[in-house]
Amino acid sequence: MRQFVTVLSNHPIAKGAMEMKVSVENSVIAPGTFFHVKTSELLRRPLSVANVEGDVVTFLYKIIGKGTQDLAERRPGDVLDVLGPLGNGFPLEQTGKRVVLVGGGIGVPPLYYTRRRLADRGIETVAILGFDTKESVFYEEAFCALGETIITTVDGSYGEAGFVTGPLARIEADVLFSCGPEPMLKAVAASHIEERYVSIENRMGCGIGACFACVCEAPGGYVKVCSDGPVFRAEEVTL
Amino acid sequence: MRLHVSLPGLQLKNPIMPASGCFGFGEEFAKLYDLSMLGGIMIKAATGESRFGNATPRVAETAEGMLNAIGLQNPGAKAIVSDKLPFLSTFDTEIIANVAGSTPEEYVYVAETMSADPTVKALELNISCPNVKCGGMQFGTDPVMAAELTRLVKAASSKPVYVKLSPNVTSITNMAKAVEAAGADGITMINTLVGMRIDVTTGTPILANRIGGLSGPAIKPVAIRMVYEVAQVVDIPIIGMGGVRTVDDVLEFIYAGASAVAVGTANFENPYVCQEIIEALPHRLDELGIDHILDVRGKAYEQIVSRT
Repeated sequence: MRQFVTVLSNHPIAKGAMEMKVSVENSVIAPGTFFHVKTSELLRRPLSVANVEGDVVTFLYKIIGKGTQDLAERRPGDVLDVLGPLGNGFPLEQTGKRVVLVGGGIGVPPLYYTRRRLADRGIETVAILGFDTKESVFYEEAFCALGETIITTVDGSYGEAGFVTGPLARIEADVLFSCGPEPMLKAVAASHIEERYVSIENRMGCGIGACFACVCEAPGGYVKVCSDGPVFRAEEVTL
Repeated sequence: MRLHVSLPGLQLKNPIMPASGCFGFGEEFAKLYDLSMLGGIMIKAATGESRFGNATPRVAETAEGMLNAIGLQNPGAKAIVSDKLPFLSTFDTEIIANVAGSTPEEYVYVAETMSADPTVKALELNISCPNVKCGGMQFGTDPVMAAELTRLVKAASSKPVYVKLSPNVTSITNMAKAVEAAGADGITMINTLVGMRIDVTTGTPILANRIGGLSGPAIKPVAIRMVYEVAQVVDIPIIGMGGVRTVDDVLEFIYAGASAVAVGTANFENPYVCQEIIEALPHRLDELGIDHILDVRGKAYEQIVSRT
């Protein structure tokens, strides 16, 4: 569960997005799961898995506060204390179905690894990726190599202008996988796609289901984002 | 046997236990290491009925600490007895059940229910949770109310009762003396300090509950001072807690007068922390020339007394 992983690279790849690659001991990692990463701060930071190649795991993150600033200062050769992989990811058993992947900003990364694993299974996918502006777009080529990819920017400086919900309205698909800011998840959870999954982000304590800090409201109570999720069926949570 | 500690109701193979609310009911941590190595486990607070707890955000980080306002989310005493204790009973460790409520009647019901289970070896009376609207800390900041509740719960419980003190009081020693006089078998201390953080981009408190309980290394000096003061005015044992994350933190609490030590927030930072402390203790005792860990209990004030 706990691993001490070595940083291989760590640099900005777009406005507001850092990419870090680390080498791990155990690379059996389901798409949509996360690692709980120790930084200079007391509590760990949950980082989703953007990619796995051999024993190399890629994380994409945004510098928000002291913890992520500390991560941004790590250099190749530095060792990180991580717990994981944690949580439950996207269900990959979608044979014969068409999956639409909808990501927003720093919620895009887990959908890249998910799309790769769906492609391995021969499952047809279409991706809609929303960003603030042209400079914040990342992984466009990588996504395009795996199938149809639609980029949107809020300010219209690149791709389609507006939010991901614009192109989503005209997409025909059986299943939706989504990760991104809460207003976006709320919108896609109410979309016309029959089977909808959302990956939720929250402030976490332990990351393993013991502290009840990261709960999300659900019909009839709460669910724990870290251990019941972070991926839920849209009906399982109240967004 | 140099780590063995005997307390009312509890035979601890070592004086280390996870603190209530920081370890759930053990299920998650049991996947990481053998819980039988722990001296004991203080399980998450039980209330009469299930509680959903507070809205989120429920945690906010601070310098060397964290604020939490979970709000006693738990499945209720009956469900804990039927669904959680059977699993805990499979481990060779002492289970201490944390008892909470909004009214004296609720505390009594929870104390009866939890203490009746053979897996539970002692109760921890929670009169110090700062994150609930009714009950909790209001019972723990008035010595008369604290004493009355201690009496009621003692009468209702078939197991020894440890009272968990709030640091949010003017005189911690008055609180300790009041619960001792009311029949408490021991004291656990300290619960969290009430605090707040504000998001300067919105101007509003970060926690949905607005205020929360501060824990972590930031509060350790406060906890040490309070244990040090209380240990000198009561004859019942103290289980100390507040910011423990290393073996030396444990020894500080013992020197201050605690007989055992609970580890809270550090379990989030490092889920293996209790295991690591227990494994490190014998080596550290060797280095410091200490035979049994309780040989130094209260030495911090005894040495000062003998010097004067």
